[in-house]
Amino acid sequence: MAERSFVQEVQALRLGAGETFRGEGILAVTKALLEAGVGYVGGYQGAPISHLMDVLSDAEEILGELGVHFEASASEAAAAAMLSASMHYPIRGAATWKSTVGTNVASDALANLASGGVTGGALIIVGEDYGEGSSIMQERSHAFAMKSQIWLLDPRPNAESIVKAVRDGFELSEASNTPVMLELRIRACHVHGSFQTRDNVRPAFTLEQARNHPRRETDRIVLPPASFAHEQEKVAQRWPAAVEFIKSRKLNEFFEGDIEDVGIVLQGGHYNGVIAALRQLGLADVYGKTRIPLYVLNVTYPLIDDEVVDFCRDKRAVLMVEEGQPDHLEQAVSTTLRRAGVATALHGKDVLPKAGEYTNKALIEGIGAFLETLNDTAVAPAEVSLGPSLPGEVTDALNEAVPPRPAGFCTGCPERPIFSALTLAQQEVGERHIACDIGCHLFSILPPFNLGASTMGYGLGAASASGLNVAQGKRSISIMGDGGFWHNGLVSGVGNAVFNKSDDVILIVDNYYSAATGGQDILSSRAGNVSRSTRHPIEDAVKGVGVKWVRRIDHTYDVGAMRDVIEEALTTPERGPKVVIASSECMLNRQRRERPIRRKARSEGKRVVEQKFGVDEDVCTGDHACIRISGCPSLTLKETEDPLRDDPVAFVDNSCVACGHCGEVADAAVLCPSFYRADAVHNPSFWDSRLAGLRNAVTTRLQQRRDARYLQEPGGGAPS
Amino acid sequence: MSDVLSQDRPLCIAVLAIGGQGGGVVSNWLVALAESCGWVVQATSVPGVAQRTGATVYYLEMIKAGAQAPVLALMPTPGDVDLVVAAEWMEAGRAIQRGLVSPDRTTLIASTHRSLAVAEKSRPGDGINDPQAVEVAAALAAKRFLKADLAAVASANGSVISASLFGAIASSGVLPFPRAAFEDAIRSGGVGVEASLRAFDAAFTCLTEEAQDEVPSGRPALPKLEGGSAEEQENYAALTQRAQTSFPDAVVPLLTAGLNRVIDFQDTAYGEEYLDRLDEILALEKRLDGAKQDYALTVTIGKYLATAMSYQDVIRVADLKSRSRRFSRVRDDISAQDGQVVTITEFMHPRVEELAGLLPASLGRNIEGKKLVRWVLSLFTGSKRVRSDSLRGFLSLYFLSSLRRWRRKLLRHEIETEHTRRWLANVTRTASDDYDLSVEIARCRRLIKGYSDTHERSISKFDQVMQGIELVRGRSDAADWARRLHEAALQDSEGTALAGALKTIRSFTGSKSEVA
Repeated sequence: MAERSFVQEVQALRLGAGETFRGEGILAVTKALLEAGVGYVGGYQGAPISHLMDVLSDAEEILGELGVHFEASASEAAAAAMLSASMHYPIRGAATWKSTVGTNVASDALANLASGGVTGGALIIVGEDYGEGSSIMQERSHAFAMKSQIWLLDPRPNAESIVKAVRDGFELSEASNTPVMLELRIRACHVHGSFQTRDNVRPAFTLEQARNHPRRETDRIVLPPASFAHEQEKVAQRWPAAVEFIKSRKLNEFFEGDIEDVGIVLQGGHYNGVIAALRQLGLADVYGKTRIPLYVLNVTYPLIDDEVVDFCRDKRAVLMVEEGQPDHLEQAVSTTLRRAGVATALHGKDVLPKAGEYTNKALIEGIGAFLETLNDTAVAPAEVSLGPSLPGEVTDALNEAVPPRPAGFCTGCPERPIFSALTLAQQEVGERHIACDIGCHLFSILPPFNLGASTMGYGLGAASASGLNVAQGKRSISIMGDGGFWHNGLVSGVGNAVFNKSDDVILIVDNYYSAATGGQDILSSRAGNVSRSTRHPIEDAVKGVGVKWVRRIDHTYDVGAMRDVIEEALTTPERGPKVVIASSECMLNRQRRERPIRRKARSEGKRVVEQKFGVDEDVCTGDHACIRISGCPSLTLKETEDPLRDDPVAFVDNSCVACGHCGEVADAAVLCPSFYRADAVHNPSFWDSRLAGLRNAVTTRLQQRRDARYLQEPGGGAPS
Repeated sequence: MSDVLSQDRPLCIAVLAIGGQGGGVVSNWLVALAESCGWVVQATSVPGVAQRTGATVYYLEMIKAGAQAPVLALMPTPGDVDLVVAAEWMEAGRAIQRGLVSPDRTTLIASTHRSLAVAEKSRPGDGINDPQAVEVAAALAAKRFLKADLAAVASANGSVISASLFGAIASSGVLPFPRAAFEDAIRSGGVGVEASLRAFDAAFTCLTEEAQDEVPSGRPALPKLEGGSAEEQENYAALTQRAQTSFPDAVVPLLTAGLNRVIDFQDTAYGEEYLDRLDEILALEKRLDGAKQDYALTVTIGKYLATAMSYQDVIRVADLKSRSRRFSRVRDDISAQDGQVVTITEFMHPRVEELAGLLPASLGRNIEGKKLVRWVLSLFTGSKRVRSDSLRGFLSLYFLSSLRRWRRKLLRHEIETEHTRRWLANVTRTASDDYDLSVEIARCRRLIKGYSDTHERSISKFDQVMQGIELVRGRSDAADWARRLHEAALQDSEGTALAGALKTIRSFTGSKSEVA
């Protein structure tokens, strides 16, 4: 069950010719795929393309009507390999993932696909997770396109252009027998916009036809001598075909301006940013009218040499707007101009940032600096104020006050107690080398846990600890999530550890979903899923590859038990890899499932117990040790009005979901007796009420007796 | 040619929220609102992992639909944002840091409530950052600055902050849409509509441009103790009278609070001890012309002596947890209705050390060697889940709290009293030579807090600070160093900062002794 339901959005996939689709960019892509007559789609979820996968998952019915096959692939490599169906058969196929991480994983299959080439259109939709909010290393997908010779589309970031790019992409792929990559930056994926829809199209050549009439053309298979022929074919036939298609179909766009001797060449994805910057500089308006001519590369690879030369030839100077490094495009443009003997000055990363996101501010400053190099009052930009200039002491005070907000575990996350337990275990048996992985559990690296030394890629937690796999010294710990485990950790991590006789500890965090990417089901999910096969225990898999020592904790919130099993794994005399599987359901998904059920039961008059944790503020001494080994968002601080206190006390706010972690930690770490759990019984049974009445009568009598003897502060210890 | 460019500009809106706050809902409502009023709107965001408790920016541009399609930006440009909405106080500060708020253009709406960041929460002392910094910066950076506790407004109306933020946006008048259109946008969302509309309405009327009060004006009158036997009440009246007459007016409120605390902890005789000790301090301070320092020493001792004397032993915890007011406080916290059945489970983990504190001093002392006593105690230690509302749980707590009458004969009391005596002796010994240093020594008692291991670590930190102070005693800047040590001890739980500060002191005191 994914984090978000797309039942409504799915209906938009049914829109016919001439209607208006409104929604997120990535959903527009989904609709465009159906309009383009795609035959099959595969992919691996991850921001910013998770929604594409989630919508298709929720759209089984529509896909069924159209005869489109959809797979939630086991990894990006699996998704890329799927595209081989377009090698021999005239079927359009699409694959999607988060880039560049997913492209790294998929690159073996992509290289083989690109070598042999395709018959049906093959479109790879990559969500470029670059810049603000990105969770991955900052690299460009551009290099993959260049090295495997895959055409790269980078359309202007509005729904119409993105949808057009999907259509163009398939046609370009077919015209040049080459897979095409459609690059969408994170903001474009999430942009809300609209476009005119067309009718969905059933694939002309069906998968059933392919299965019943298998084909094999050995010259498409990557084996010598065909592989040598492929390389020649790429440059001799497919490239010229692509260039011809891109030129004749005018995939790149030219926008004229009255300052004709200056120009800007830009990646399509930066069009809106460049217009916004020019508008601020007084050189464009909100309707896209510009004074400086623009050459918009909706296709960033291959570069169309004629177009570049034509655009630049009669200009004094041209600016290349290309985000990220290395400057592949700028180098290519430079080479093209040099070969053509064009003397136009080329600027780019001399005035724009060499690395990092091209924000509007960076573009304003970069374009401003470019125009200044012209030293010409006729094209001088308007004065731009980029925000207020506050006095130094005000800014300093602000910088001191505004706290960083690192991402962390959600309230009630079942992974939090695992890391509390690991913290406590290390206190007992000493600090260990901890190798982390990709997934929510990676937040353990951040405060307050500060655990973990590395993250080498999805599912590579255990593999990355294998460099330290020697018999001497203290056992290391590696961590992977259930998502990473099934992505490749089972083989490259666990299997590898068995085969290489590792003696270390592998901690597998099983929260029943691929939670970090939005709660998609995976092989070991506990939920029933009509269209996928779930409930395959991780335990069976690790035993299957030869692990002898396996422990499973089914309630990670039991911090004491969790700590004990980690300690046992670290100290047992048994040789071989020790696998601890820590299983509890992702709290976000669990709440989404259970809350409506509880609410319904309550309104129907059934007995329902609602729980919440709390801190006795007069018992709390304000040391905050509980927060340091918990970090729960609902466990926060409260200033008291007690004049005898200096420090705020711990406090559980209303977002508490009563997972019990704070109480468990206070107990397991022997912290303090401040924590309590309050259970409110709604629609109590007869016995509930009778028993409560009896208890109340006795306790009240005793309390009154004591009150009559001792003087008491009205707040019960601390005035509040 | 430049006059051919249109001067139209879109309305630019940035919403800064913390993951999970519902910034996406506000963004969706704004989209629905603008589209329903015939505007073209573009909205985008960068969620990703930021949605898990991180800070997130939602950005929208909207413009009245016309013949030409607009080209709208996907991220805010500093200096070009009309409306910035901060769903939390410090996020308003972040918007200013990012340059999104400008004095000629931006209306800034901020909810005054705080959602503390991990770094603020995890400091052993008070790590909460200064909210005033945002107030000062916003007053300079924004064209208009509107604020209200929109989280409280939302929860008072059974809704979440997205609804009150939307109400605040409507009332700011930055968007040229009628109020009814805002409400229709909420209705079109279809989830929790009634509660959202209530919160929307309440927020619509509560925004102000007034500066925030730095501190609540005037401390509320100190409450008096309640209950007790007639004799105790009589004694109490005499003690409060004594506190008011024999101490300077300025220190009376705090001393009364301290007096209340120690009597609440034990009895009026204990309260008398408290005042006796303070009498001595006051006499000493008067000799040292302490009036000029606003009786800083008496005030400081008055505060920390009360805390020291009301140490948290098993008896105290059992007492606090079994009081009727505590039961009603728990019920309030979960908004229990009258007569609703509520059960309370306590998470306790007494160790041998805590239970030994309950033994008569002679029996509990040197417990390491007393195997039998340890064994008996160990039967009661370990992880406990106590249902304090059940008869069995309540009676256990009640019994433990009743040990109060023997408390002064028990080991824990002996230990605490001795520690307090040494601390006070140190303060009084120092006062005549270095008044400022004595006040700092008095303040260091703040370091002692927590239970079990945490408590022991805090005592160890206190001891280290005291040792550090001995190294600088006699120097003219001794008080400064004492304060720095104290602050360093509160920096982190591991004592890294304190160790660093001590190392610094040893470096120069060491070289000083060589010169001597």
